Amino acid sequence: MTTRPFVEIDRVWMRYNGSGGTLALRNTSLTVDKQEFVAVVGPSGCGKSTLMRLVTGLWPASAGSVIVAGKEVDRPLSIAGMAFQNPTLLPWRTVLDNVMLPFEVVDTLAARLRKDRALYEQQCRELLELVGLKGFEHKNPWQLSGGMQQRASLCRALVHQPQLLMLDEPFGALDVFTREDLWSVLQNLWLARRPTVILVTHDLREAAFLADRILVMTARPGRIMIERKVDLPRPRTPQMTYSSYFQDLVQDLREHIDRARQGEELAHAE
Amino acid sequence: MQSEAVATLLTDAPPSKPAEPSQAKLPTKPVSATDGMLDSDFARDAAIVAAAARRRRFMRLLPWLVITGMLLLWEIGARVFDIPEFVLPAPTVVAQSIAKWWSPIVSNALQTLKTTLIGFAMANVLGLALGVLVGSSTMVYHGLYPLLIAFNSIPKVALVPILVIWCGIGTMPAVLTSFLISFFPITVNVAAGIATVEPELRDVLRALGARPLKIVRKVGLPRSMPYYFASLKIAITSSFLGSILAETIAGQSGIGHLMIVASSRFDVPLVFAGVVVTAAMSVTMYTIATIIETRTISWATRSQGDQATGV
Repeated sequence: MTTRPFVEIDRVWMRYNGSGGTLALRNTSLTVDKQEFVAVVGPSGCGKSTLMRLVTGLWPASAGSVIVAGKEVDRPLSIAGMAFQNPTLLPWRTVLDNVMLPFEVVDTLAARLRKDRALYEQQCRELLELVGLKGFEHKNPWQLSGGMQQRASLCRALVHQPQLLMLDEPFGALDVFTREDLWSVLQNLWLARRPTVILVTHDLREAAFLADRILVMTARPGRIMIERKVDLPRPRTPQMTYSSYFQDLVQDLREHIDRARQGEELAHAE
Repeated sequence: MQSEAVATLLTDAPPSKPAEPSQAKLPTKPVSATDGMLDSDFARDAAIVAAAARRRRFMRLLPWLVITGMLLLWEIGARVFDIPEFVLPAPTVVAQSIAKWWSPIVSNALQTLKTTLIGFAMANVLGLALGVLVGSSTMVYHGLYPLLIAFNSIPKVALVPILVIWCGIGTMPAVLTSFLISFFPITVNVAAGIATVEPELRDVLRALGARPLKIVRKVGLPRSMPYYFASLKIAITSSFLGSILAETIAGQSGIGHLMIVASSRFDVPLVFAGVVVTAAMSVTMYTIATIIETRTISWATRSQGDQATGV
């Protein structure tokens, strides 16, 4: 039984606005296994978000190949869930109806919406309960705090059981207490559903807490500089972040990022 | 010298008197359910609430007070300066004229209301459709927008004679002018609402396999509703403007026609009566639009007090 990686990015180049535009990715290669939790970190503007949009097929790569689930990505995937720094909930819908959105949009699910609505709603309620939003199903998004909105946004990204979950700095706009709460919420969601996750973040502790493997990108034009496995048992607890293993890992990542920001990686890599 | 003085100031101040721990001064008596608030505090609160209520009542009355005040000034001014009726009739004279010509005023007002509403309905249909098209497709936007702007800048007065040549004198030119003058704000606003969907939200939906039409239906259209209703308030008043304009230039009925006939007979009070009736109709329609707006899109007009519960 050969296990092929779920996501394969092979020598991808990405340049915006034609040949004269900004080079965002330079000869980037990476793989992500099925059900793996991978975090991508790097200095700001290094093409992390670009990488994410390439994997989901929202933008085409300028060169190189992107393969997801054994198929070349040449159009937007219909199996991915996404969450961003901005929760982007629809203000005219209740929390429950916001989480129901994927069931109305994904073609195969929408076809059965009329028949299976009760079932879908049940799934939404279960997920909302898992992230601690029980009792808020019929609230409007603007009645919720930022952290609660982000929980709902995670539910919307996961409710249709996507095989691939793309998170672009989902907790970037939250205060540090709320953020660390949501790390555990996200970990629980992942342990319960086990999607393949690519988390883009600039928070090294967040990456170390959540990911199986951390990829560090160079400054723009970005490429993967190093990768680190995180050997901590699951479920991880906030206490683990005080262990010397965790601290050393974050310190090590920090040094690589600093070097990446100074552009020293050019000489180092070639 | 100076730095020395600063240095002494700095060193002098802190050590002379160590700050007492504030906890030592805390009262030892148990905290009551009112958290130590006194009766006088509650009384003051009640007074603040009552003052706020009085203020709100006054705010509701304010527009009527302003209108009454303006009419009074007008009435007094007209009498004191003895302004002739054919220059500026006093409000009471206008009211008498309305009473005297009640039947023709009502029938003409209804005619104007009809043409306006038909034109306005047409503007809604075309405005929405065009707005969705322009807002959801950059291709249509680039192709059509310059033309729309050019068209909107044409003075509609110039179009009325052409419309009369095409459709003949009567209701039709008024309906069309009302339509032409009011579809543009609707189009522009709906397009703006659809075109400004957050890119992240678009990505979320596209990654779920949503095609553009579905994104417009699920997000673009509901999102543009506040813009749409805002434009209705502009559109309904310009709709009246359009139909009365056409009636004035080439009409056989309607408030605009009535006003032209009255002014040709130097019956200035009746002209003013027409103005008053038009304003009343316009304000009524505007109010209806506002009520529909607050009923249907309460999520967009929420007040600050509704926000944020818990963590």
